[in-house]
Amino acid sequence: MTLDAILLASSEAASEIPVVHPVAAEGVFTWLWLIIALPLAGAAVLLLGGAVAKGALDKVGHWIGTASAAGSFVLSLILFIALLGRGEEERQIGQHLFTWFQVGGLDVGMDLLYDPLSALFLLLITGVGSLIHVYSIGYMEHDDRRRRFFGYLNLFVAAMLVLVLGANYLVVFLGWEGVGLASYLLIGFWQHKHSAAAAAKKAFVINRVGDIGLSLAIALMFTTFGTTDFAAISEQASGASQATLNALGLLLLLGACGKSAQVPLQAWLLDAMEGPTPVSALIHAATMVTAGVYLVVRSNFIYELTPVAQTVVVIVATVTLLWGAILGCAKDDIKKALAGSTMSQIGYMMLAAGLGVAGYPFAIFHLLTHGFFKANMFLGAGSVMHGMNDDVDMRHYGGLRNYMPVTFLTFAMGYLAIIGFPGFSGFFSKDKIIETALAENWIIGLCALLGAGITGFYMTRLMLMTFFGDTSRWDKDAHPHESPHVMTVPLIVLAALSVLGGVLLLGDFVVEFLAPVTGVAEHHEPPLPAIVITLMVVAVVAIGVAAAWFLVGKREIPRVAPTEVSFATRAARADLYGDAINEGVVVAPGRALVSGLTSFDRVGVDGVVEGGSLGVGAVSGALRRVQNGFVRSYALSLLGGALLVVLALLAVNLA
Amino acid sequence: MTEYIVLSAILFTIGCVGVLTRRNAIVVFMCIELMLNACNLALVTFAKQHGNLDGQIAAFFVMVVAAAEVVIGLAIIMTIFRTRRSASVDDASLLKY
Repeated sequence: MTLDAILLASSEAASEIPVVHPVAAEGVFTWLWLIIALPLAGAAVLLLGGAVAKGALDKVGHWIGTASAAGSFVLSLILFIALLGRGEEERQIGQHLFTWFQVGGLDVGMDLLYDPLSALFLLLITGVGSLIHVYSIGYMEHDDRRRRFFGYLNLFVAAMLVLVLGANYLVVFLGWEGVGLASYLLIGFWQHKHSAAAAAKKAFVINRVGDIGLSLAIALMFTTFGTTDFAAISEQASGASQATLNALGLLLLLGACGKSAQVPLQAWLLDAMEGPTPVSALIHAATMVTAGVYLVVRSNFIYELTPVAQTVVVIVATVTLLWGAILGCAKDDIKKALAGSTMSQIGYMMLAAGLGVAGYPFAIFHLLTHGFFKANMFLGAGSVMHGMNDDVDMRHYGGLRNYMPVTFLTFAMGYLAIIGFPGFSGFFSKDKIIETALAENWIIGLCALLGAGITGFYMTRLMLMTFFGDTSRWDKDAHPHESPHVMTVPLIVLAALSVLGGVLLLGDFVVEFLAPVTGVAEHHEPPLPAIVITLMVVAVVAIGVAAAWFLVGKREIPRVAPTEVSFATRAARADLYGDAINEGVVVAPGRALVSGLTSFDRVGVDGVVEGGSLGVGAVSGALRRVQNGFVRSYALSLLGGALLVVLALLAVNLA
Repeated sequence: MTEYIVLSAILFTIGCVGVLTRRNAIVVFMCIELMLNACNLALVTFAKQHGNLDGQIAAFFVMVVAAAEVVIGLAIIMTIFRTRRSASVDDASLLKY
């Protein structure tokens, strides 16, 4: 493609980007703030109220937490329906709560923006969030810090809602840091376990790296546009220089990489599985880790103007989707296998988001369906662990379909959805992404297709090892049993959503609904007819499933992972050496730099300071001997001094 | 005029050498007085030479200050002698490093 063609393409895109122009909230929409306030109040009561009424709160705390999340969900639903009743040009609603701070020309308001994009996120966060709250009532029943757990969960929900409702980047950043804090607190919830405490720290630190990107991007927006409002930036963005836009796109991507566990900031996600399973389902599968995708889609007015950053997004996403899928194939820990899968699926979303206007709606669509089926499977995994004495090693499972029928059936729905079995939600969303990717660039498209095949392999492997086969691999004291209703009902609801999530695409609903935010894509003719692509995807997935059947299902599964394995397996087990890369590229040079600096500080700086004082001390020690108490020696020095003065005067006068 | 100045210089040098070499506090004291008076002589001589009273006034000041100093100095020497039975300036060397 020639340079002219590229420039033409980008200038065309520029004219299509919708500008954010919210109308003032009125009627039912003035309740918008309440959606955030409910879980925030829940968190405040649960976390601070313990001092006042500990006993009572411990008894009802989980119900308070669940009720506040459910209340938010009901409000979100009401607002969603009200939004559907409005004309397309009126579907962006702004609410100014108060002035956050005002410094010089800088006026940052606590502004909320309710538009189709945030509407879908609200439903996902509060809907899946409420279900996971309900599930946690059962899952955390025997934990004596259950009240605190629900307080943290509510805090997370509130922060995530701030993130998706913020109308300027600083409010988004507030939520962004809030979810990071909640994630840290919840990963390390069982902080008596060293591994959990370390994992929480790791997640926090790696996220800080990404946050530097986001905060630098915000600072750059201030200097370039003088504001961080979506509305103002979306209007002025086309006036900024290309270099600024490129930098903004790349910095925002760095932020997104940290939060969404994209390569190269991916290493924290698998360790984050140390947290309680509902946390993994809510934060590290359904909502928080998709915040990076939200950021990219929300910043479409920047990304559409910077093809460079878009290309980098696509590359990062493609690498991540394959990276995560490979990890998923080798892990024996059921939660880590699912976490690898999460990474991979977020890679798909990022890929779609990087493809521009044509991809945005499918990124969000896949985000929603993934939120359903991945939360479903994580909760299913939690249910399995609940029945197997909190053992997470799939090599100790087997044949559980007969002992946990509800868990098995709901998990199977999630399984069919994620591999993209025709008719299930994941089929529609992933198919659309692969189709868009193929239309854009066939190499990227083929990578996405390959990823779908690997997804089929590792998910089938997980299913076979957990629910099929015989029971000979169990621990001796394992007595698997179905979980209580409070845990299985959310599973059933999520399973239904996993199956039916595809209806969102009926009549291109998602695409048209999101059009006010993401714009309307011009129709690209894919290189192959859509039906051929769909058949290809199904065929590749079938190959993956068959491979799993022959490699895992037909063979004896050893109870202890064999160590005599190929290099590829070893690499995948070691997270493709992600930690080693971090260690070698960042930690070791960082340590060397720090130890160099400290030794320079010790030898150089301290040497000058302490050497100076030692020298002065030594000289003064010698000099003080002059103060010997003999008056006559003082008189002699007096005379010497006077002579010197006289000589000096003489020298000056004579010269 | 030169004779007065030479006399003044000789007196000052005697006083100076006396202060540096003698141990007896009284003698040291007397040598100081000698130096002061050498200065007075020089001042008065210069006053005469310049034909004004500046030097003479300074000489009176020196006398007044010397008188005051003698009072205090002798009192100190007396006190030291009473406590230590010695008037040697080298014995009074406690105030040191």
